[in-house]
Amino acid sequence: MEPNTPLTRRIFLQQGVTLASLVATIPWFLENSALAMLPADLRVSSQAGVPEDRILVVVQLGGGNDGLNTIIPYGSDDYYRQRPQLGIPAPGTTNGALQLDSKIGIGLHPNLVGFKELIDSGRLAVVQGVGYPNPNRSHFASMDIWHTGKSEGRGNGWIGRYVDNACNGSPQADAEIAIGRSAPLAMFGDLHKPVSFENAKLFQWTGKELPAALDAPYEAMNRAGALEGVVPGSQAAFLMRTALDAQLSSDRIRAAMDKTPLVSYPNSQLSTQMKSIGAMIRDQMKTRVYYASIGGFDTHGGQAGAHGNLMRQVGDALLAFQNDLKAQGNATRVVTMVFSEFGRRVRQNASGGTDHGTAAPMFLMGEGVKAGVHGTHPSLTDLDQGDLKFTCDFRSVYATVLDSWMGAPSKKILGASYPNLKLLRG
Amino acid sequence: MTSYSTSPLAKSDWTIATARHLLNRGGFGGTPVQVDALQAMGMDRAVDYLLDYGSTPAAAISPTEFDCEIRKPLTAEQRAVYQTARQSNNEAAREQLQQLRNQQDGLDRKQMQEIQKWWLRRMIETGRPLEEKMTLFWHGHFATAYRTIEDSFHMFQQNQLFRTHAVGNFADLVLRILRSPAMLKYLDNDESRKGRPNENLARELMELFVLGEGNGYTESDIKEGARALTGFTFNDDTFEFQPNNHDRESKSILGQTGNWDGDDFAKIILSRRETSEFLCGKLYRFFVNDGPGMPDAKRKSFAIAMATELRKQQYEIKPVLRLVFRSQHFYDSANRGATIKSPTQLIVQTIRELGTPPRELATLNAAGDLMGQSLFMPPNVKGWDGGQAWINTSTIFVRQNLAVYLITGLRPDSFDLDESLAKWDTGALESAIAARTAGDSAKEADALLDLILAIDACEARRTQFRQYVKTLGGPLTQARLVAALCLVTAMPEYQLC
Repeated sequence: MEPNTPLTRRIFLQQGVTLASLVATIPWFLENSALAMLPADLRVSSQAGVPEDRILVVVQLGGGNDGLNTIIPYGSDDYYRQRPQLGIPAPGTTNGALQLDSKIGIGLHPNLVGFKELIDSGRLAVVQGVGYPNPNRSHFASMDIWHTGKSEGRGNGWIGRYVDNACNGSPQADAEIAIGRSAPLAMFGDLHKPVSFENAKLFQWTGKELPAALDAPYEAMNRAGALEGVVPGSQAAFLMRTALDAQLSSDRIRAAMDKTPLVSYPNSQLSTQMKSIGAMIRDQMKTRVYYASIGGFDTHGGQAGAHGNLMRQVGDALLAFQNDLKAQGNATRVVTMVFSEFGRRVRQNASGGTDHGTAAPMFLMGEGVKAGVHGTHPSLTDLDQGDLKFTCDFRSVYATVLDSWMGAPSKKILGASYPNLKLLRG
Repeated sequence: MTSYSTSPLAKSDWTIATARHLLNRGGFGGTPVQVDALQAMGMDRAVDYLLDYGSTPAAAISPTEFDCEIRKPLTAEQRAVYQTARQSNNEAAREQLQQLRNQQDGLDRKQMQEIQKWWLRRMIETGRPLEEKMTLFWHGHFATAYRTIEDSFHMFQQNQLFRTHAVGNFADLVLRILRSPAMLKYLDNDESRKGRPNENLARELMELFVLGEGNGYTESDIKEGARALTGFTFNDDTFEFQPNNHDRESKSILGQTGNWDGDDFAKIILSRRETSEFLCGKLYRFFVNDGPGMPDAKRKSFAIAMATELRKQQYEIKPVLRLVFRSQHFYDSANRGATIKSPTQLIVQTIRELGTPPRELATLNAAGDLMGQSLFMPPNVKGWDGGQAWINTSTIFVRQNLAVYLITGLRPDSFDLDESLAKWDTGALESAIAARTAGDSAKEADALLDLILAIDACEARRTQFRQYVKTLGGPLTQARLVAALCLVTAMPEYQLC
């Protein structure tokens, strides 16, 4: 186990055999609740004054989103010099950017009409120039750095550590849910494993419909957890526990998805994911963190059309989601954070695309955020090997969300202190 | 006591269970009759049979079934028409070319699906299971995805390359992969040229394909390696070295300086000891144990022995697999059921082991995708993580539902059961059960578990299953056997290999 779970080891030592023998046969969440019943000084308590029902939604743009064609520095001649074909024109011209700040000369990609509406109605914050020191330009390595929150990109995930250490010490089986085939590294803690699914309809066993009374024995076999006689820590034990988690999550999630949403969502991959998350929030699930992700941002060639479509998809899906939350009366409970593993190189390449770069903007959405542009746009002339120099460490954004939104001690979860930013309302 | 020994398994320890273990890991499992036959050969011959598959006829599917012309580059004439159209803003001509492109896109995507089905069928039908298993290993190791390449024939070509070199020479395969259009395209080496090197291929050669991450190279080695690889590109379906785009200046890679090209770069990293250890670690996880952190400290010596053999045999793969498949460690009970079936393994093994009809190949591929493994579409250049990464609360349902589909014909996306689909010849399984119970129906439940599960089922599970089989009220034949199989394949242990 990772060294950052002293909690677990101490509790095992103090509680001895009774708890340890229980652990083999109970699901993760019960195990964790059992831990939570221990003396309060062993737990990481949540911060005073922060409501317990707050939710974080993370949206991952996989492949490296081109930050310079998301927030357009139209006031800079260098931008157009480096991007003679790919540069987005200034606001007011054909296919021009949407105005964001005319004093500094920045705008939004013309397809981000959803973001424009969100900013104008005070529900979207842009954080400029987010990155980290010694940027890694490998997708996997950089994604791992973002997911772990550690410079070396090794270990468990930052959200997983949050769930391990916080949630008042008693995370539910579905404390964190990822929409997709597999959950991201960010959500894997030492104790807690995320739930993930792609299609709620397929989130159950079809054999139940068959004759010969298969239902009851199936339930018995899949809800038993790790059986006696199975080597603890073995692959078999892992499978048995995951099977139990799957049954519990399935019951809850399918119940939530049965309702029709209060607003209409556009038809896109991200939108479908946001709609599912909206349904689960509306159904008062105890989930604290949801994760949605789309790919396709690795625009090495023929970028203009593909990136434009993605921008529209992201803007429209998030606007619909935020409006859904408002219609539900949950808008003040949820903050959505949007990130990508890196931005792209300033200079366009020979294939009408851009190569892997470094710093890029992040977004925070919700009624709890301080809307508008935060931080400074990285210089387009003072570059590091053709790439932007970051002006804000992404862990400062994590720390802000953890400390001020989720009420969890960021220093403990991130393993270091990062300055909080003024991104959230009081 | 767990054995970590590379010494051959004692003759007396070669049993039905070990033969089944070999066939599961070295291939995709088999019917009880096939397992019995493998056991009867004795271990030496059984291992030879799997490894020296050259004498077994290959599935007779001719490569020419696939069209290499769909993505043919534009002719000079077509290019001229296109250029003129662009310059003169001739909308009609541009539209025509766009339509041609769209048509090609559609045809090519369709062909990709056909190739996916072809490979899956090949795995289901082949008499040379190790050849396909290693082809799958190399596909995950040198991962390239159609999503980026968008040329089905290049994917097919590369798949054939992996098959030809399945248990051949690794160094040879590395040099050939540097000539594979699919790889050159996937990692952008076709756009890498002198003065503007693209680092993608060089980086992954170091990090993922040959040397392994953290094994003593620097960013500078990657940059220099990228320069060595400039000019390695392709024209239509064949490799092309473009001298004009190749950087002829001196490069320094891992401390060796010279006017290196791509082959020299590969040879420099192949000469490192770390390369053999990196590859054998991956082979270990693929064939022996893919639990978290494997091979762990105790098993390291075994993986090191594999690497030593690989170097001694100058990167020949077959002797290393022979070492593994004969070793006491491979058959040790700690390594039985110690890997988790990949989605492809699950699909193919269920069919080959139970003898179910393959149903619809397209549906199987869709299920593979939902379970996290779409052939020719690895998620990224790192390939599939494997092991416990296959399993989460959603894939576990898809896995169970896939088995229901194969066993009953009940589609996972609807609840309509076509009775006519449910029937298949369960005779082979029935006789295997009969042979193991000698007519004692009380033993049927245990016999079926022992035939299908990769680990010895624990007593609690046996009790549950015996009770269920009792309620079926009759011998485990036909409909009752089908129902029992649905339940066995829904056991969490069924996911073990």
